[in-house]
Amino acid sequence: MKDIVSQKHAEEPETEPLQARQEGAPMMGMERATQIDTAGASAVVSPARSRNFGDLVFGSAVRISVWLFLAVLVGIAIVLVVQSWPSIQHSGLAFFTQEAWDPVNFKFGAAPFILGTIIVAGVAMILAGTVGLATALYLVEFAPRWLREPVAFLIELLAYIPSVVYGLWGLLVMAPWLQQTVQPWIQQHLGAIPFFNGPPYGVGIMAASLILSIMLLPLIVSLSREALLLVPDSQREAMLALGATRWEVLHQAVIPYARSGIFGAIILSLGRALGETMAVAMTIGGGFRFIKTIFDQGYTLASIIANEFNEVSSDLYLSALIEAGLILFVLTALVNIAAYFMLRRMNRAHGVR
Amino acid sequence: MSAPQTLQTNNLKTKGKNTRNKTRRRITSVLVYGFTALSTLLSLGLLLYLLIFLLSKGIGALNWDFFTKEPSAVGEAGGGILSSLLGTLLIVGIASIFGVPMGLMIGMYLSELARSEGVFANVARLAVNTFAGIPSIIVGVFVYFTVVKPMGSFSALAGGIALAIIMVPIIARTSEDVMRLVPGSIREAGLALGIPSWRVILGLVLPAARAGVITGGVLAVARVAGETAPLILTALGNEFVQTNPLKPTDELTLRILKYARGPFEVWHQQAYGAAFVLVAGVTLGALLLRLTTRGRGIKIQ
Repeated sequence: MKDIVSQKHAEEPETEPLQARQEGAPMMGMERATQIDTAGASAVVSPARSRNFGDLVFGSAVRISVWLFLAVLVGIAIVLVVQSWPSIQHSGLAFFTQEAWDPVNFKFGAAPFILGTIIVAGVAMILAGTVGLATALYLVEFAPRWLREPVAFLIELLAYIPSVVYGLWGLLVMAPWLQQTVQPWIQQHLGAIPFFNGPPYGVGIMAASLILSIMLLPLIVSLSREALLLVPDSQREAMLALGATRWEVLHQAVIPYARSGIFGAIILSLGRALGETMAVAMTIGGGFRFIKTIFDQGYTLASIIANEFNEVSSDLYLSALIEAGLILFVLTALVNIAAYFMLRRMNRAHGVR
Repeated sequence: MSAPQTLQTNNLKTKGKNTRNKTRRRITSVLVYGFTALSTLLSLGLLLYLLIFLLSKGIGALNWDFFTKEPSAVGEAGGGILSSLLGTLLIVGIASIFGVPMGLMIGMYLSELARSEGVFANVARLAVNTFAGIPSIIVGVFVYFTVVKPMGSFSALAGGIALAIIMVPIIARTSEDVMRLVPGSIREAGLALGIPSWRVILGLVLPAARAGVITGGVLAVARVAGETAPLILTALGNEFVQTNPLKPTDELTLRILKYARGPFEVWHQQAYGAAFVLVAGVTLGALLLRLTTRGRGIKIQ
């Protein structure tokens, strides 16, 4: 509550002058100006009209693209619903709760994939979130000044590596390494713990989570770095002047100030994690049952579509895959809408529009 | 923290408690510092490892044939990725023709016209931001049912349309961001001279934001050039050079996917080569942009 009130106050002085400026600049302002023209001196009418005509053409062209874009978004939702309708009717609620993926006998339950999506994305978020946030903190707060920009840029380069290349490395290098070195070691030393036992395949949810966390790293670093950079130096200086250590400055001034931005960054990354397809599809192995151990092979909602789409044996199977896509669509849309409002709040609070 | 200890130290000497407290605070601070530094080293190490790995594995696969020949028969040595290279150019070209202008128009709307419009502008902005986060495979599914199925064939056109749809929100967002950075005084100066607002936008604001707009465009192209998932459902892949945009076409990422999953060492070699070509193209583009638009560029997201 207190937060919202203080942010409202921060907004007001920002929006006032902007609105005043808006009056002059865009379309609406122009139309008002021409109205006054026509009312006043008739000599100005014709240039004003031609001016209006150009604006009309440009304005409509631009608006048509926006409409077209919105139409595609709505179209995607419609196509997903229409195409998954046979499956929705066939499976009903069982689709969400059942562990059954038997295309031959037309039994479809996507619960293992929903759970798989949540587990893989969750593990990747925990790993990448910790390391990524710490990296961003180091780059903004601790690193020598000359090191900050180059290192940040280098880490951002990770984001330019396409998903399929991560998948290639994960499949041909990391998975064999997990199979021959890491997983036997875990079995030997931690095998007594539940979930830490089973045949080491290499590929599986463990490989998929690790690959995904590497892929999320640059995104989390760059987004949370942006949020941290918005914290004014005066906040840090005030804490330091009180005799705080660097950690206390972070913990009590910087992080609370950048909180909504960091939270937005994490949610945005979560959206990416839920929807990441190719690298996960290549390393998760493929399994239609609930995951029993961390070595198991499984599927996420996105990866099962990628791997099974061209292999479908019946229309109903295709429809079931689309329903998995529909769940994914709704899930990521919700997450992204949440991130949008979170980040907008941060930007508004800091006067960035 | 425990009460008796505090009491005791209080009784003995307040100064002793303060110094111990201070040490603890310092140690925490140093530990946190160490953890963040280690994390940075880890992130950086991963990046350098991946780049060096790709470089060392990929360069070995590169030779003249690799760029000029079609894939050889299954499992046999030799052959190249010509069909994938040309297919990538074709598909990404089609995507850019549709995606760049549309993304730019939406960016201009959001930055220039939307300010005085209420609900519709907000819906559009929310849609653009939401869309940017929708999994690309969903777009692939959409295009499969709206283009591939009605036309009866997987095609470069379908792949291009899918990539264009993915591209639009990226370009719209980046171009909106940079055009917003253009000072209002430039617009006011133009309008004060009696220039109609559409010419102010196209002739003053857009050129002023040029560097950032181009950066955003190149980033979007680089981003979609690395897409795989939607292409499985739209372009499908092809062993041969395909110049007809209405037929199944190969793409670099599809080639990497196929070779990575194959059982042959030769294929793996070529997959590394193709991955190297793809990553080199994309990162070199990013590096060049970084150098040419220093400080004015925008970030990837």
